Amino acid sequence: MSEEQDFDVEVIRKDFPLLARTVHDRPIVYLDSAASSQMPRQVLSAMDRYYETTHANVHRGVYAIAEEATRLYEAARVKVGRFLHAPDPGHEIIFTKNATEAINLVAHAWGRQNLGPGDVVVLTEMEHHANIVPWLMLAQERSVELRYIPVDGQGRLDLSDLDRLLAGARLVGVSAMSNVLGTINPVARVAEAAHREGAVVMVDGAQAVPHLPVDVTTLGADFLAFSAHKAQGPTGLGVLWGRAEMLDGMPPFLGGGGMILDVRLDRFLAAEVPHRFEAGTPPIAEAVGLAAAVDYLSGLGMDRVRAHEKDLTAYALDALADRLAGDCTVFGPPAGDDRGGVLSLAYRDIHAHDLAQVLDQFGVCVRPGHHCAKPLMRKLGVPATARASLALYNDRHDVDVLIEGLEEAGRLFA
Amino acid sequence: MPDLEDLYREIILDHYRSPRNRGELESPPAHRVEGFNPLCGDEVVVSLLVEGDRLADIKISGTGCSISQSSASLMSAAVKGKSLAEVERLMRTFKAMMSIHEATLADDGSGDGSGDETSGGVDVDPDEVSLENLGELAALQGVVKFPVRIKCATLSWNTMAQALAETRADTH
Repeated sequence: MSEEQDFDVEVIRKDFPLLARTVHDRPIVYLDSAASSQMPRQVLSAMDRYYETTHANVHRGVYAIAEEATRLYEAARVKVGRFLHAPDPGHEIIFTKNATEAINLVAHAWGRQNLGPGDVVVLTEMEHHANIVPWLMLAQERSVELRYIPVDGQGRLDLSDLDRLLAGARLVGVSAMSNVLGTINPVARVAEAAHREGAVVMVDGAQAVPHLPVDVTTLGADFLAFSAHKAQGPTGLGVLWGRAEMLDGMPPFLGGGGMILDVRLDRFLAAEVPHRFEAGTPPIAEAVGLAAAVDYLSGLGMDRVRAHEKDLTAYALDALADRLAGDCTVFGPPAGDDRGGVLSLAYRDIHAHDLAQVLDQFGVCVRPGHHCAKPLMRKLGVPATARASLALYNDRHDVDVLIEGLEEAGRLFA
Repeated sequence: MPDLEDLYREIILDHYRSPRNRGELESPPAHRVEGFNPLCGDEVVVSLLVEGDRLADIKISGTGCSISQSSASLMSAAVKGKSLAEVERLMRTFKAMMSIHEATLADDGSGDGSGDETSGGVDVDPDEVSLENLGELAALQGVVKFPVRIKCATLSWNTMAQALAETRADTH
């Protein structure tokens, strides 16, 4: 698809083989991209082509396909770096297992080097467990103090007391977009305040990168993590972007092959960045797949992906309010510039599991549960929500079927 | 939608809307145990009172989906006032009914979307799952067609089993 073409969701849908299948004799309505997104044919065939023609281990062999595989893997690194507007893309991108491992890498390598008793780490109440638990583990291990930026009644960060919260902070962890509320957070503002305090900023970009234009330099981040499989890529691959000065000063995370310059029986010399942080054979085919996904997203244009999802989110919020006669609560801010396409629903008093079960019969895939954000669920006062999340391949018909299914659940549990 | 009707039978919806034996017993003398399903946040609190070899009283509280809450209600109605031997028998029978499907999960990854696999080849004594022995509890047999919901249905039973075991340990 060329830059000149309009964003035509019906054309885009044809790129995604999975969207052609049926579930319970109904066309699938996939509304769980916040958990994992579907892959276009372009990504699937890039990975097939790699395995059929080029597969070999990277950074080892001197034969032709080993060099080709190495080139593809390193080209993927640069492509992902450019996608995030990284100043030094070939140096600043680390491939990990997933976004969770990327954050753990920072907590272990940077955290153990820089945090001690009484040091302060500031997170937000809307963080995914992936950006809470690694810091809790560190807090327990070395008496680091954790503070949380609160969430207000509309599902936004309450920054009214930000300077006091940030006083003395060494690291601030913030999600660019909530996986429960869809809130697009003012990361640049938080980062600016954090940097005034001399704190380092770790951005969880798992939900933002697949849905918004993300520029790590304008965000003011020091680290940003995301997962390939939420961004039209494969599972098994995460990305950590880190500012070169940060990464260069950090010790290794996992030890093993590929991350060393020299090993003796009593010591080792760590490799340069980025290889220092990539122990063992990396997910090569997955990196090739992510490169194809980045090409796909760049071809569409992230600004147009965002415009489409913003329009669809507004449509969904209106339709859920109007057609379900006020019985449906969607958590998070109203439609607008700071609202992404994550719709966490409560419908009447029907439990999220029951809603999801009825919706499944309509072919509708939503996620019931706490969405790995239990502190936030407690704040919202609900044990679970049914979450419908939108992506570039969703259309208004998907939202209409969702509402049809919710109406049926309402009849069944009346 | 035959599948859904299989899951959400009228008896289940009735117990969900009007749960039996709702509340908690004074503890002590009653024994109180909380059960959690960490996946979905369901919570069941079972308090029970054993007198001699009888389950003299049982009450249920907690929150959760229709299957976990109705299963707890159905269970309380089935076991209240029964001898402990009878309760044990019901527990075994119910567990057998719920485990029929679990053994077939491993072969279930075809992803052809038919969703209509039949169970078989499982090492369960057919007498144990005789539905006549289960009474109203048999209404929950549709749950086995929805494997991820089995944990919802068994939560209250596992919690009661724990409470009974702890009671027994206390008295010996």
